Amino acid sequence: MLAIDGASLTYPNGTEALRPVHLQVAQGEFVSLLGPSGCGKSTLLKLMAGLLRPTQGQLQRPGLSADTTGELAFVFQEPTLMPWADVQTNVRLPLDLAGMARHEALPRVHDALARVGLADFAAHRPAELSGGMQMRVSIARALVTRPKLLLMDEPFGALDDITRHRLDEELLTLARAQGLSVVFVTHSISEAVYLSDRVVVMAARPGRVTHVQTLAQQWPRDADVRTSAEFNAQVRALQAHLQRAFDDTHA
Amino acid sequence: MPEQTPSPIAARAVQALRASTWPLLVACALLALWQGWTQWAEVPSYLVPSPLEVGRTLVADWPLLAPALMVTLKITVLSLACATALGVLVAIAFVQSRWIEAAFFPYAVLLQVTPIVSIAPLIIIWVKDPTASLVVCATLVALFPIISNTTLGLRAVHPGLAAYFQLQGASRWQTLWRLRVPSALPYFMAGLRISGGLSLIGAVVAEFVAGTGGTGAGLAYQILQSGYQLNIPRLFAALALISVTGIAIFLSLAAVSRALLGGWHESEAAPRC
Repeated sequence: MLAIDGASLTYPNGTEALRPVHLQVAQGEFVSLLGPSGCGKSTLLKLMAGLLRPTQGQLQRPGLSADTTGELAFVFQEPTLMPWADVQTNVRLPLDLAGMARHEALPRVHDALARVGLADFAAHRPAELSGGMQMRVSIARALVTRPKLLLMDEPFGALDDITRHRLDEELLTLARAQGLSVVFVTHSISEAVYLSDRVVVMAARPGRVTHVQTLAQQWPRDADVRTSAEFNAQVRALQAHLQRAFDDTHA
Repeated sequence: MPEQTPSPIAARAVQALRASTWPLLVACALLALWQGWTQWAEVPSYLVPSPLEVGRTLVADWPLLAPALMVTLKITVLSLACATALGVLVAIAFVQSRWIEAAFFPYAVLLQVTPIVSIAPLIIIWVKDPTASLVVCATLVALFPIISNTTLGLRAVHPGLAAYFQLQGASRWQTLWRLRVPSALPYFMAGLRISGGLSLIGAVVAEFVAGTGGTGAGLAYQILQSGYQLNIPRLFAALALISVTGIAIFLSLAAVSRALLGGWHESEAAPRC
């Protein structure tokens, strides 16, 4: 789905934002990027989205067509909804921008809203919804183009723990059901372990990948997984790697 | 027994009534004081007429004042419409490039800071049609707040949403129409409220300068004439009509603002009861 072959990014002033990264994301795989601030997680995600171009190296998206609009969706840390428009119009936006006819777009919108459990809220404005519901609308807007690759930049970072756990579960179910490839940026170790097939640990200054951990937990995962011994062992292992990444940063 | 919830319209009416109670009480008190003072001090009506006399004059001179009111109202509404159309177009041109804004914004400021009374004679000479010349003057007075507020609003786009539009490959036109224009609406409405008052002021000032009489005479002309003739009650009556017109413009623009922004913008969020 995504093949990064030594892609790096150096700013014109010589600052190394990201050292060469080698990473492959398979179809249906869930990969988390974990690391301290300034480690290049978001930069890597933007490279994947095509918002930035690598200074060196290659980045290919063999699973996607040349015009990635629609096949690749991005979810930001904030819901970034249009406050003046109702939920349905917000979710329809990427289809509208692509010039899809309304009668074609509406069934997709209803489908996406149903998937995130907001079928009854199509006529509400964002201000009438909770933070978690707004994030769900944002995810529905990403799903409505039926993407193959979903890039998420700390999407649940601003939410409370309970809402965050619930959305983690929902996201996992959705990604599994549709065979979505997901790259997910997060600060939270336990969130990364809960969601991912693989976790990429990164360090800062310069931004680089220090460790890639493949997780052995079985599917389906449910809330009980979070309290299992295996889960905690994975969290501890990642914590050690992350600590090393932190130490490297401050050395 | 369960309490019946009032319909939204009824609730809004009650709220509007409640909100206007205090201003109306103050108005009544002031009018009563004014009436009492003119009677008690026996102020001659050619200096300060009593409110009752102003009211009587308003009724008696209505055949004279009503057409004048319509003339002033027509110029005000036309100039506000022109200022809105022109202001929005200029603002859209400004946000197309920093270069255009840098080159032309000083001239918008120049128009704003030049007193209209000083250029009105020129405009009246250049524009033959009296109504058109007055509309041009009033438009110039009302234009600037729309330009500056709308420009600000078109630029004040949520950066996250702007990034999203970019990511989705939105065209310039799509970004303008679907993102910038709705984002600018609250700013535009704030500008429109200021310009609503300014267009009335512009209309009255332009009438003063033009001194148009005859069938095209507006309220300002009635004020001038009343002053010359020492018909102070009529002057007050015309003045009252101008004030009422201003309040009506303000209230109707506030209603438009509420209708457009009510559901989503903080400035029109439902008041807590």
